[in-house]
Amino acid sequence: MIEILTSPAFNTIQDLGRHGARGIGVSTSGAMDPVALAAGNALLGNEDDAAGIEIQTFPFRLRFQKEATFALTGADHVSTLAGLSLRPWWCKQARPGDILAIGTPRRGARVYATFGGGLDVPQVLGSRSTHLRAGFGGLEGRSLQTGDVVPVGRPPRDAARRFDFGAAPPDVAITGAGRRDDGVLPIRVMRAGEYDLFSEAMQARFWSTAWKVSARSDRGGYRLTGDKLTLDAPIEMRSHGVVAGVVQVPPSGEPIIQMSDANTAGGYPKIAAVIQADLWRLGQTAPGSFIAFSEVSYQDAVAAMAPVNDYLASLRAVADLYRQL
Amino acid sequence: MSINQPSAPLVGAIEKSPKISLIGTLAMLVEAPGDFDLIQQGRIWALADAAASWPNVREAVIGVTNVMLVFEQPPVDIGMLGASIVEQWHRLPGRKANGKVIEIPVIYGGELGFDLPAVAKHTGLPAREVIRIHSEGDYTVCAVASSPGFGYLHGLDPRIHMPRKSVPSLNMRAGSVTIGGMQTGVAALSSPNGWNAIGWASVTMFDPQREQPSLMMPGDRVRFRIDRIEL
Repeated sequence: MIEILTSPAFNTIQDLGRHGARGIGVSTSGAMDPVALAAGNALLGNEDDAAGIEIQTFPFRLRFQKEATFALTGADHVSTLAGLSLRPWWCKQARPGDILAIGTPRRGARVYATFGGGLDVPQVLGSRSTHLRAGFGGLEGRSLQTGDVVPVGRPPRDAARRFDFGAAPPDVAITGAGRRDDGVLPIRVMRAGEYDLFSEAMQARFWSTAWKVSARSDRGGYRLTGDKLTLDAPIEMRSHGVVAGVVQVPPSGEPIIQMSDANTAGGYPKIAAVIQADLWRLGQTAPGSFIAFSEVSYQDAVAAMAPVNDYLASLRAVADLYRQL
Repeated sequence: MSINQPSAPLVGAIEKSPKISLIGTLAMLVEAPGDFDLIQQGRIWALADAAASWPNVREAVIGVTNVMLVFEQPPVDIGMLGASIVEQWHRLPGRKANGKVIEIPVIYGGELGFDLPAVAKHTGLPAREVIRIHSEGDYTVCAVASSPGFGYLHGLDPRIHMPRKSVPSLNMRAGSVTIGGMQTGVAALSSPNGWNAIGWASVTMFDPQREQPSLMMPGDRVRFRIDRIEL
């Protein structure tokens, strides 16, 4: 069991998402940075999709009521366990009564706390992810609050050996995943259904603008500012399914990227879609940051997942080995 | 088809195909050509039913005359997949709206139907006439989308169409019976909502603990019954 001591707002229990219920209007939810969540679970010997805490407001503090193993991944941050400094992207054993304190990230937006055995809240429609809007999943379908006690599952047996090691974060380990020299984060996209409806000038503007992730951005979607994309002839679209990463252009002209908590359906013209290999980087992009889009082909988008999958596979293999030493 | 069969029907050959586009590597949107009607919607249901059992298809998500396929892994051959979708589109018979009939008792007007006067004013009809027209309609659930359990209903009488609000009502109660443009629906969650509330129904549209969480499913028929009128 862990007890939440400090949690400002919107910190929720998430796994890799709720899949298969879009057809009844249920968005996937799930970690905004699925690579960080899966990596934390790999360090601990959990399944990739074990539930952890997505922390996006700070400071965050919890107390271990029992001995437990845990890992901290995601945004680069400062944390302490029982007053002693911890390294990010590290796993550790906590004793009963130990307090874990996590400070505001120096870089990135979301820290993931994962626990050996995963957080043991009930599965709803196949997932433990919190669906905030509908109020189910996670802990009572809501954000964590001071005083909440969350059960931790039984750790994997072969994992209960040694815990005090870490991993290189993916933005370091995967080449080409970092920011440009001017601080702008490049995000790779594929064209989407309505790209051709935009004039050449608007298309050029889409590619050349350094878009700012506005303050009105959250798990539902990122609203971008910096310029406006308009259609010569506005179109009326029928409601259709959308997935995380789709870049829509509402009549205001300021693009919106739909994220984990987005509605299952949308009706705005779609100019592009962020490729799967870059979604986790977007999930670590805080409001106020700048991003720029670059185009890749379908084949390149598929191929871009190989370094991400390789990173997670080798992290898991090395962690499994370390625990046996 | 051979040119040696002059009597063979050629009409099918020129029927328009759906528009197919990718949303990233894990989703493909198939949009029916033509108008928003129950014939095209029925063909979308049939295509979705078929596609849901294809290998690598995680989900076939029905929209308004469209379906989005969500994949487990990026498909190896996009061109081949697209061609087989087009082939199925032309071959499959449409599914009829033969789901269950859902009767929803509505308290029209009153505190929770706070937009009824505005709808009456916009349509130029007395409030009672708006209620009569709405409650006599025969509606079909095209899709369940946007928020959990929210059904997009076809069949609203054009006389009571009413544009969505430019500024959404901040906290509309779950169960609110609403009109948005040419559609009507029942709000499944209490949340900000840009549709016009004309009444309220004491029904649970969505419960994740139920065996079938969503009350409405594509192909169901909906009838609104006057429970009470509060003017």
